[in-house]
Amino acid sequence: MKNRIDEMFEKKQNLLSIYFTAGFPKLEDTMPVLRGLEKSGVDFVEIGMPFSDPLADGPVIQLASIDALNNGMCIKKLMEQIKEMRKEITMPVILMGYINPVMHYGIEKFAQDAESAGVDGVILPDLPFDEYVEKYKEMFDSHKLHFIPLIAPQSPDERIRHIDSLAEGFIYTVASAGITGNIKTSVDYRTAYFERIRNLKLRNKAVIGFGIKDNASYKHACEHADGAIIGTAFVNYVKENGTSEEAIKKFVGSIR
Amino acid sequence: MSKYQVNEKGLYGRFGGAYVPEMLYPNVENLKAVYLDIINSEEFQKEFKRLMVDYVGRPTPLFYASKLSKIFGANIYLKREDLAHTGAHKINNAIGQALIAIKMGKNRIIAETGAGQHGVATATACALLGLKCRVYMGEVDIKRQAPNVARMRMLGAEVVPALSGNRTLKDATNEALRDWISNPDDTFYIIGSAVGPHPYPDMVARLQSIISEEMKWQFTEHTGKALPDYVVACIGGGSNAAGSFYNFVDEESVKLIAVEAAGLGLDSGETAASMARGTEGIIHGSRTMLMQTDDGQITEPYSISAGLDYPGVGPWHSYLNEIGRETVLAATDQQALEAASLLTREEGIIPALESAHALAALPMLKDKFKPTDNVIVTISGRGDKDMATYIHRLMPECE
Repeated sequence: MKNRIDEMFEKKQNLLSIYFTAGFPKLEDTMPVLRGLEKSGVDFVEIGMPFSDPLADGPVIQLASIDALNNGMCIKKLMEQIKEMRKEITMPVILMGYINPVMHYGIEKFAQDAESAGVDGVILPDLPFDEYVEKYKEMFDSHKLHFIPLIAPQSPDERIRHIDSLAEGFIYTVASAGITGNIKTSVDYRTAYFERIRNLKLRNKAVIGFGIKDNASYKHACEHADGAIIGTAFVNYVKENGTSEEAIKKFVGSIR
Repeated sequence: MSKYQVNEKGLYGRFGGAYVPEMLYPNVENLKAVYLDIINSEEFQKEFKRLMVDYVGRPTPLFYASKLSKIFGANIYLKREDLAHTGAHKINNAIGQALIAIKMGKNRIIAETGAGQHGVATATACALLGLKCRVYMGEVDIKRQAPNVARMRMLGAEVVPALSGNRTLKDATNEALRDWISNPDDTFYIIGSAVGPHPYPDMVARLQSIISEEMKWQFTEHTGKALPDYVVACIGGGSNAAGSFYNFVDEESVKLIAVEAAGLGLDSGETAASMARGTEGIIHGSRTMLMQTDDGQITEPYSISAGLDYPGVGPWHSYLNEIGRETVLAATDQQALEAASLLTREEGIIPALESAHALAALPMLKDKFKPTDNVIVTISGRGDKDMATYIHRLMPECE
């Protein structure tokens, strides 16, 4: 099953992806941010579905999530906001969040609504990959959704190969042991790890995230993988600078 | 293998599992691969038992409470975990996990704590065994549990405030998990209750099972009988209840009663009764009953007892409750205070507020008791840490 994500990888290299938290800074910012990112030439996006207890996230995304929830964001609201996004947004769109709110929304309904909005992929870091394969892969495939798995420096080669053999879309390569926005390993350590992944010659593309924040880290990631994802730095930026098209263009311009 | 225990997939029925990000997968898998071999090894058992006896002061007594027995019309026995070193059952698990950490070659320990009892127990185990210790504690709890913070620091632990969310136990647990994600190689996370991703709930239950192991022979010594009719314990995350029930769960004649914190009342909106008022969800890596909104956002519970003030409950208890093997009751703040008062006046034991919830089940069960029934109530901890609350609520003139 192929979707926009696969088409993108066929056409482009050195991909730049941006993550933002839905409902932050303001409840109705989702579509303006999507438009701003598309017009700035970003290749694909992850829309963060806020959760009260985001285990894999650092303080910046935690606080943005709390603000978003206080603003009234929830999956139902988000699905309404993006229902007609495909009238103007052409880049791949991925929803990222935690399993508990998705479970409460109803996983099947979530997959249906995501498909009808034109979503291409889902990232749920705390849904174990093997449980996804066993229980939900068939459902996600039937709704043309890729489930994007994470791998980390401490993932053994064997585990990475297992994930790669069953994954579609791409593999989200977590740059360093840590949570979003808090990366403390050296460039040499990361280079060695990225090269280990590259030498595994995976069938899926690899995109690096966690700790990518500026032109230097973006370029470094692109030297060793197919692209990079920026989250915390962008969430911080819109908090300070707002979500106007001009502000977003400026941020994206500083990365590429 | 007991039909009530965890299966090879880490599940209790549909509860449990290991819902952790891939970053933690190798750590959790590694622990899963070795914990049973370590716990069952002769070397570990010898060392663990030695420390339980010589250091913790086990076996803790099983005390026949004659006045309570008269009041409630059954034979009431108290399992005195309050007499264990550091004042609660938490030390059993902290020492057990610290020994496992050493066997796994980890020298840095992290832990979460709410009221500070598990933090103190972990800091104690680390001081004893020469391990580095960092305890995450909600900023709000740090302020309201100053004596335990001082104890942990005196024991050499670093106490780090959790600044996220409502800055209480749930957030301290999140911070500890984030630390573990960030330091996968040298760090062992000592979880304080029977919660978290598999194998934690099972590991903690096994380490706490020493409580019911002792209860069994002590009860026979007291009565000449093999089994009690009831075992009663309070339940937040559920570690003392897990330990108290562990060796009785396959004995179908023994009624297992878990008492959760109703707070201001089950329907007050201010409660920590995750089984009576929670719904199924995923928290801190396991599928269990928890307090949450219709959108699946985890909410802040409320109880007068900081140790029961947790939005979830261990997955084993969710399972035992669902299949009817464990009965769950709920006691309000007020009922717990009355029970604490009664135990203090009648038997001369000031219980922890958590344990007072277990005692509060006695008036609820009174009509069901037969005069020949034998009932064991676990007093999980002592009340020293709760004196400020007791003074405020029971003796305001002393404030």
